[in-house]
Amino acid sequence: MSSETRSIPAGEKLAEQDSFLQGVKDCVPTLLGYLSIGLAAGVVQKTAGLTITEIALLSLLLYAGSAQFIFAGMIAAGSSPAAIIFTIFFVNLRHLLLSASLSPYFRHLSVWRNMWVGSLLTDETFGVAIQQAVTRKKLGERWMHGLNVTAYLNWLIANLAGAMLANWISNPEQYGLGFALPAMFIGLLVLSILGRGKLKLDIAIALIAAAVAIGSALLFSGSMGIIIATIVASTIGMAVDKRWK
Amino acid sequence: MEVRPEVLFILLGAAILTFLPRVIPLMILSRFELPEWAERWLSFVPIAVMAALIGQELFLHNGEWIPIGSNLNLLAAIPAFIVAIQTRSLLLTVVTGVLSLMLLRLWL
Repeated sequence: MSSETRSIPAGEKLAEQDSFLQGVKDCVPTLLGYLSIGLAAGVVQKTAGLTITEIALLSLLLYAGSAQFIFAGMIAAGSSPAAIIFTIFFVNLRHLLLSASLSPYFRHLSVWRNMWVGSLLTDETFGVAIQQAVTRKKLGERWMHGLNVTAYLNWLIANLAGAMLANWISNPEQYGLGFALPAMFIGLLVLSILGRGKLKLDIAIALIAAAVAIGSALLFSGSMGIIIATIVASTIGMAVDKRWK
Repeated sequence: MEVRPEVLFILLGAAILTFLPRVIPLMILSRFELPEWAERWLSFVPIAVMAALIGQELFLHNGEWIPIGSNLNLLAAIPAFIVAIQTRSLLLTVVTGVLSLMLLRLWL
């Protein structure tokens, strides 16, 4: 952490950064954003007719916000199992890009340990991890587990709380809490860009990605838009970036 | 504690197909050095993904374009961006964004 001013030996500092507890701490700023989305997901899943146990299983096994909204909506609409599974697969394909992007920082781990690192990967834990990665060559396994498990439990609790609240509130987003998620992504984006020292190029790439994401969401679908925007903008970035070493 | 068999079946199918894209690149790509152009490409993925998510969150609601004149999200994003740049704090950015939108809804 940059606010850390006391001098400590390099080895100790590395160990501290790689601790499970440090991962838990670094997850805290993202908790509010996902708490509000998890609450909303819980309400939606409950009102779609899913039981508390089913909601708990969804949070634990699927563990993906947009996918759980889609699951609830399509179950309520009586869609076929194949249609639901395929749609969710497609929505979650963006994890391929996140997982690939983190892979250089986990070269020191075995294949099976990397499976555990990736198993709880989300947009938020990816955002926190890649922002940490700006200043180092590799990321700690225990740190990543601390980050992932904290986000995971927060998500489960939020979903269950939302399911129980479903009887009283129907729209938890109306108090401005729905903005916690975009605000969190704004913070993560700004931190990533400021940490890289390629200000103009990164801002241009971000604007292109946002525009393409909006355009292709209007033409196709939101998740399709994220994938198209990421591929287009990253390719332009790769082609234009001359200062790469 | 009820779980319907059909719900469980769909859930397991979706969970497996969500698990695989999460873990396969980390398991495979971390085994060898990627070519220079691929690493350069991947270095832009975080910014592109975050910006894409923000773009959709700010400008769209349920997949529909929000008219700029009535887009409170966009207004609330301004203080959030400023606080993010000034403080570099994720938590302050989130709190600022939420409070801004709450106040905007009260006033407008």
